[in-house]
Amino acid sequence: MGVLILFWVMAPVSVAAAAAMLFMRNAVHSALLLIVNFFTIAVFFLMLGSPFLFVVQIIVYAGAIMVLFLFVIMLLGVDREENLRERIAGQRWVAVALGVGLVAEVFAAVRLGVGLSGGNVAGAAALSRGGNVKALADVLFGSYFFPFEVTSILLIVAAIGVMLLGRRRAAAPRPGGAADGPGGGAGAPRPDLEPVP
Amino acid sequence: MRTPIAWYLVVSGLLFTIGTVGVLVRRNALVIFMSVELQLNAANLALVAFARRWGSVTGQVLAFFSMTVAAAEVVVGLAIIVALYRKRRSADVDDASLLRW
Repeated sequence: MGVLILFWVMAPVSVAAAAAMLFMRNAVHSALLLIVNFFTIAVFFLMLGSPFLFVVQIIVYAGAIMVLFLFVIMLLGVDREENLRERIAGQRWVAVALGVGLVAEVFAAVRLGVGLSGGNVAGAAALSRGGNVKALADVLFGSYFFPFEVTSILLIVAAIGVMLLGRRRAAAPRPGGAADGPGGGAGAPRPDLEPVP
Repeated sequence: MRTPIAWYLVVSGLLFTIGTVGVLVRRNALVIFMSVELQLNAANLALVAFARRWGSVTGQVLAFFSMTVAAAEVVVGLAIIVALYRKRRSADVDDASLLRW
């Protein structure tokens, strides 16, 4: 019964936070609402018998990834108004109509596939044999060991690629003095920034 | 009383749809990216719900992998947005129309 109440508290919060994210003009507000949404999803994970993913969701998503987002928002500046003019006529309404269609489709699929009151086929015992973390580790390092190693390569490649993407081209040495020091005045021309087209 | 798994799937579908509409409607590259994250999380929720339904941990392992890939994807995507901003002085996706006919 407690899980049922928790679900009906968390589900509206989750959907409302996600929907409000779309309507926020300010990107920081969107990010904060997304953190709320990630937290409710973490609670869902806990209710579905996965305390490990609950913790990972909070640490990795609500923590690391959203901090990264906020960091980039801070870098790019938050005071920019979004251009509300539609480039393609009626695009917004078509998008909303497609969204409504998608909801109906998913609802029908769940109803046909699982049944709206479809319970759990198996108990939660298998999910936590010897603890959820141990059960997960048995599968992860048993059947999925090779994908696990490939994932580590993916992360290294991503890190190196980002370093390459974020690199600034070395500023050409100016005749006057040091090139682009950290204490350069705000009014000085920045050789690393290309002119606005 | 147990919570039916179908409810989690419906919530997951709703979140996925909100993410999709966000990608289609918003123009700010950062918010579009957040919407993609929302879609990924909705998919994770469905995976974990199915893991619960079948009493198998494999769905949770898959959600774990998807989180790892999402972390890599976020890092690369944000770097691309920052690079784009440096080039165009704007995070608006409509301004990045160099490859449009």
